[in-house]
Amino acid sequence: MSSAVPADRSPGTAGGPEGHLPPAAATDTGGTLVLGPAEISRALTRIAHEILERNKGGSDVVLLGIPTRGLPLAQRLARKLAEVEAGLVADDLVGALDVTMYRDDLAQHPTRTIGATRIPPGGLDERVVVLVDDVLFSGRTIRAALDAISDLGRPRAVQLAALVDRGHRELPIRADFVGKNLPTSHAERVRVLLDETDGRDAVLIEGAGR
Amino acid sequence: MKHLLSAGDLSLAEAVQVLDTAGQMAQTQSREIKKLPTLRGRTVVNLFFEDSTRTRISFETAAKRLSADVINFSAKGSSVSKGESLKDTALTLQAMGADAVVIRHQASGAPHRLATSGWTDGAVVNAGDGTHQHPTQALLDAFTLRRHLVGDGADAPGRALEGLRVAIVGDVLHSRVARSNVQLLHTLGADVTLVAPPTLVPVGVEAWPARVSYHLDEVIADDKPDAVMMLRVQRERMSSAGGGFFPSPLEYSRAYGLDAHRLAALPEHAIVMHPGPMNRGLEITADAADSPRAVIVEQVANGVAVRMAVLYLLLAGGGAPAGARTETKVDQ
Repeated sequence: MSSAVPADRSPGTAGGPEGHLPPAAATDTGGTLVLGPAEISRALTRIAHEILERNKGGSDVVLLGIPTRGLPLAQRLARKLAEVEAGLVADDLVGALDVTMYRDDLAQHPTRTIGATRIPPGGLDERVVVLVDDVLFSGRTIRAALDAISDLGRPRAVQLAALVDRGHRELPIRADFVGKNLPTSHAERVRVLLDETDGRDAVLIEGAGR
Repeated sequence: MKHLLSAGDLSLAEAVQVLDTAGQMAQTQSREIKKLPTLRGRTVVNLFFEDSTRTRISFETAAKRLSADVINFSAKGSSVSKGESLKDTALTLQAMGADAVVIRHQASGAPHRLATSGWTDGAVVNAGDGTHQHPTQALLDAFTLRRHLVGDGADAPGRALEGLRVAIVGDVLHSRVARSNVQLLHTLGADVTLVAPPTLVPVGVEAWPARVSYHLDEVIADDKPDAVMMLRVQRERMSSAGGGFFPSPLEYSRAYGLDAHRLAALPEHAIVMHPGPMNRGLEITADAADSPRAVIVEQVANGVAVRMAVLYLLLAGGGAPAGARTETKVDQ
């Protein structure tokens, strides 16, 4: 049995190492607004175009959103891809990839609820998987996601899209598509709110009492 | 949830959490690669003092699918046959660093003793003790019921079993499965009717949250149960053939066996369950056991998913489980 280790191993996060918060706690406002709804939409549009450009079209692309907030972002990206490129069906591009059971910090936190994993029709083999998450921080979630993907199939390539890259990587991982680079201190906290989960679109940075 | 000793210990929220987690686990078991790295480095000991095939194999499969190391211990061929006590066996396992002990014992209360005595630091999972409890069986039955009867064909996350009518038929007296199911199904909001000959109804049953009937045909006709759960007639716990509990096997199967005729009298959507192993021809005929409405084989598959969920919830987290957060107030 592991001993109970305080959950705040990654400073400044209460809900998880990447700054996720349960929806209930995300309704109170505070912090500095970094991106508003228009900026978020613009960033996603740009990322959608970059994905198509990099992969010479979207025919092989699969977007896997990492719950909770990566999933609505992946769905929005898929809609934008389908708008730009004729013949793409948004729903067939998106899947959900829950990485809970692949995390390396399970023993440091209270038991996490396992989310749903849904692979779009056609599977992952020989396709280009674009992982979608809201905040890229330590990189540990992405490492877990890479492990999860290798159990699900063998994609031709895996790319990473993040709405916010806040730095402080603990593993050699980088994003291929970034909405906004956000230099932060370790003590600060980045919160992404999305219409689908929180009722509004915003990226906030909180000073952690400084 | 530190241990899983009795189905009655689970709150509604905890029970639904186990079922939801089992749903996600079941989904991973349809993949080509079924193994998950979640419990890598953890050790699960299967401590079986009583014969069992499916429960032990099910726990072993569940632990291995989550990458835990599994040590199987059965009383036959071990130091127990030389007279070693439960305490000394437990201390030995503790010294070997067991993170979880899955115990089946012929004595009711043995898992509770193991969990509360301080002999082991590991989580204790009751895999059946005497005529007392078999909580993972009740959980897998509830999971199977939810899959078939709640929601539309798929798993129904977050839902309980409100309003479902379940008839549990047969040897209730000796059945830990019945005891666990009555408690869990009541917690989940289902209505349970126990059907058995008067000799196989335990003393004190009036305190259970269930109705009791001595007539299977009446229950089928009046209650229109959504599911019938046939219990095994536990002849090994009876002295001779029927042990005086019923006049003859034929008479038992005429009055309480599930045959094609009774199967046809059940509502269209009703499912037939059995915890196994079946006495074909006694409590259930081949017609009923092999009918498309029997989900007996699926119960076995669901057992692996449910036990994976239980092991995950007991072993994966460092603090208290998510469902217990409000009670224990860890961190935050």
